Amino acid sequence: MKNKFIYFAVIAALGLASCEPEFETEVSDASYSSGEADFSSYVAIGNSLTAGFMDNTVSRGGQAYSYPNLLAKQFKIVGGGEFTQPSFADDVNNLGGLTLGGQVIRGTRLVIDYSVKLPEPIAGTPTIEVSAGVHGAVNNMGVPGAKSFHLLAPGYGSLDGVVPGTANPYFVRHASSPTATVLGDAMSKKPTFFTNWIGSNDVLSYATSGGVGVDHNATGNMDPSTYGGNDITNATVFGGVYTQIVNTLTSAGAKGVVCTIPSVTAIPFFTTIPYNPLTVVTVAGGNQAAYEATINALNTQLYGPLKQVLTAFGAGNRIKLLSTTSANPLLIKDETLPDLKDQLTAALTPMFGPEVAADFGEAFGQARQTTAQDLVLLTTRPVIGTAPEDVPALINKYGITYPLEDNHILIPSEKTAIADATSAYNAAIKSAAATKGLAVADMNAVMNKLANGLRLDDGQIYTADYFTLAGSLNNYSTVLFSLDGVHPNPRGYAVLANEIIKVINSHYKAKLPIHEVGGFPGITILGSN
Amino acid sequence: MRKLLSLTLLALASTSVFAGGYRVSLQGQKQLAMGHTGVAVVNSAEVLFFNPAGISFLEDKFNASIGGNLLFAETKFQNETYNWQNSTDNMGTPFSIYASYKINKWLSAGIAVYTPYGSEVEWDRDWQGSHLVNRIDLKAIYIQPTVSFKVNDAFAIGGGPIYVIGSVEFNKNLNRSLTDESGNRSDVSLDANGINAWGYAAGFMLNPCKEMRLGVNYRSEIIMEARGGMAAFNEIPVFLQEKFSNTTFSADLPLPAELTAGLSLNLTDKWMIAFDYNRTMWSAYKDLTIDFDNSVETSVNPRNYQNTNTYRVGTQYEATDKFTFRAGWYKDESPIASGYFAPETPRNDSMGYTGGLTYQINKNLGVDASFLYLHFDEIDASYDHYQETTLVNGQAVTSTIPFGGTYKSTVFSPGVGVTYSF
Repeated sequence: MKNKFIYFAVIAALGLASCEPEFETEVSDASYSSGEADFSSYVAIGNSLTAGFMDNTVSRGGQAYSYPNLLAKQFKIVGGGEFTQPSFADDVNNLGGLTLGGQVIRGTRLVIDYSVKLPEPIAGTPTIEVSAGVHGAVNNMGVPGAKSFHLLAPGYGSLDGVVPGTANPYFVRHASSPTATVLGDAMSKKPTFFTNWIGSNDVLSYATSGGVGVDHNATGNMDPSTYGGNDITNATVFGGVYTQIVNTLTSAGAKGVVCTIPSVTAIPFFTTIPYNPLTVVTVAGGNQAAYEATINALNTQLYGPLKQVLTAFGAGNRIKLLSTTSANPLLIKDETLPDLKDQLTAALTPMFGPEVAADFGEAFGQARQTTAQDLVLLTTRPVIGTAPEDVPALINKYGITYPLEDNHILIPSEKTAIADATSAYNAAIKSAAATKGLAVADMNAVMNKLANGLRLDDGQIYTADYFTLAGSLNNYSTVLFSLDGVHPNPRGYAVLANEIIKVINSHYKAKLPIHEVGGFPGITILGSN
Repeated sequence: MRKLLSLTLLALASTSVFAGGYRVSLQGQKQLAMGHTGVAVVNSAEVLFFNPAGISFLEDKFNASIGGNLLFAETKFQNETYNWQNSTDNMGTPFSIYASYKINKWLSAGIAVYTPYGSEVEWDRDWQGSHLVNRIDLKAIYIQPTVSFKVNDAFAIGGGPIYVIGSVEFNKNLNRSLTDESGNRSDVSLDANGINAWGYAAGFMLNPCKEMRLGVNYRSEIIMEARGGMAAFNEIPVFLQEKFSNTTFSADLPLPAELTAGLSLNLTDKWMIAFDYNRTMWSAYKDLTIDFDNSVETSVNPRNYQNTNTYRVGTQYEATDKFTFRAGWYKDESPIASGYFAPETPRNDSMGYTGGLTYQINKNLGVDASFLYLHFDEIDASYDHYQETTLVNGQAVTSTIPFGGTYKSTVFSPGVGVTYSF
């Protein structure tokens, strides 16, 4: 009888083993396909966005979340080859930054210091030395700071060129030789598939500098070797360079995706600070009585007289009296306005005496208040209220009693120059793609949606507004930008990678899985720094 | 952040794959082998669970049945959009102890200890659905003193109070991405022990003729009220540690009422068939609300369970004096409505196949064995009620983030027991 129970136990055990649940169609690598694409050698071309730059630097940790690296992980499922990125092994403490000959030339990555609720560089000293890179071509050829024409420039990776500004410290670290070009190193990987997201810096550096550079669409200067760092690249030059890059990339039959350039108006660097940031909170720490006293004094001593005089010269609309009940705009210098310096000095002399009147004339000759048409740079926030050099005490507060400078604000004419260049570049990008039958990832469209909240397929809404987190943490996990206000955070890069995957899936009839965006890290918040 | 805490907690409930919801239908070896029928079957002291009135019709003065099962439940999960695969393997050990005593011709008494609800599911830590559940372990032991009155040879009633001792442990991550400074995912563990509650069971049995029995049994809803359970927040980044301090919590979990009606027929002296119908009042489980005794927001997790029907059929055949063989089948409906399929209770409708035998060692002592195989079709399902709130241009906007994919479960459970009577 005992035997029977043993038989029963054996049968039960067999039953158990056969009880493994099985899907009719198991999800595995075989569920996916590369379609018409061949990912065996994938190379990414681009700038900081491609390098995995975030929080104002490339760090070892951040680089792992570059969108090319995230793409390569999915490509691997369908036959993608090894994907290498420039070595940041020397960033042992994951601080980012750069040193040149031991001197810090770029600060550490930004974190939010919760004790002050503001972004600041993480404590520590960078250990990434420009002269101590690992040389040789890599699959991720994203070079932070590169403009379109830099990809073709020999010597862009020469250590000797860093100080004069003809070379790029990041490319110096991995260029295969001092005379190598970015594109040449990329081609040495014999790409079968590429992504190309170059061009943002051709206009972005002008924008982030507050428009202090020169717009070469206006000057007609076609020689990029003469351009300053903050200039706008001539669109015809851009189109020629872009076509040359794409022709080279496709010369051996590679397929790929090109990405459009995002509008600056979509990124938090330009959208975080409102044009009218002067409020009872920012000016008087929430004390309404003190605020009213301050505003009334400003109106009596400065804004009133200024408006009166300007009105006499037909420019009264440059200044409005400040309000005690609503948010007030900033004082700025608009270099496109007629300079009323002499008229102001003369008119104010009876009131203030010649010396002060001359200072006022100098300061307010082209002054006006900001309007909703102006963009205040993120980097301008800490400047507001600080003292310009060599000005009288009465007018020693930037933005409040003294006009902010050209490099603090984007005014409408500068915005127009940027928008025109951006759309001309994007037209060139789309046209080059059409010629070669390449897929286009419209990053411009994606980033634009972020400004008003981007609802992803998984149901989560994301915004560009993370500074709201001061006081509330609602937005801690729903912001896609890193703390520099220009570059995405890991979660943002995952969104971009997914957009590119969707384009590949539809254009090349591939079937690749997307990343779960919600599982990626956002910004770093430290209790103290 | 409010949703950081969607502590689906206790879900307490939940889990696994036994039968619908967190009901575990394994309350006796003989009856399990017959498709877990029994409201109108008088086989052994197991009838204390199925219908307390039935002890009046047991032939012997004293009857006892003790048994236990090994419950193996496995669920696989996959999602093609994200190339996710995962699975969870769990084992449970439900048991039952029954004893009845015939005090006189018309009065019998008994005691039953059994575990009709419970659930343990453990997914890989930080798996794709970890914002809903990493691990849950729900236990409830029912202790039911019982009396039965035989009104006449054709009719008896019975019932008794039920005292429940329960515990629950639950762990989930706070959301889909939050980590501490070292990159460890932030999670919360809820732990409530020694939860006590009262309920009752009552039934009647009617024998209209020698070949037939009819039975009806009702077991009341019992709310497990967890009070003062420990909530521990782990791997919290420094900037949130003040808010997410360890605390206590309160939560209620209903163990739903169940109404059973059925009949058994003796087709011959040796051959019986039985039919049971269960109606389980799962609609008591509207949501799982966890109140924390600190500033962490109350977590409300919709469940919206639906009442369910279970249809059972079983048969037994006394082949010899020594051997009795049994078999059964049932169809078990899941209480989970579309869009509420959470991975802590990954279960859809199922079909149960049962079998077993008794070996009678002597007149008084028998050994029972049973097995259960539960078949689940694979199902594409999601939980669509996980929410996070975001400020968009100053306005709070709620995002509902579904979590789902394809699930496929199997459950297998061998069991053994002994029956003693004199």
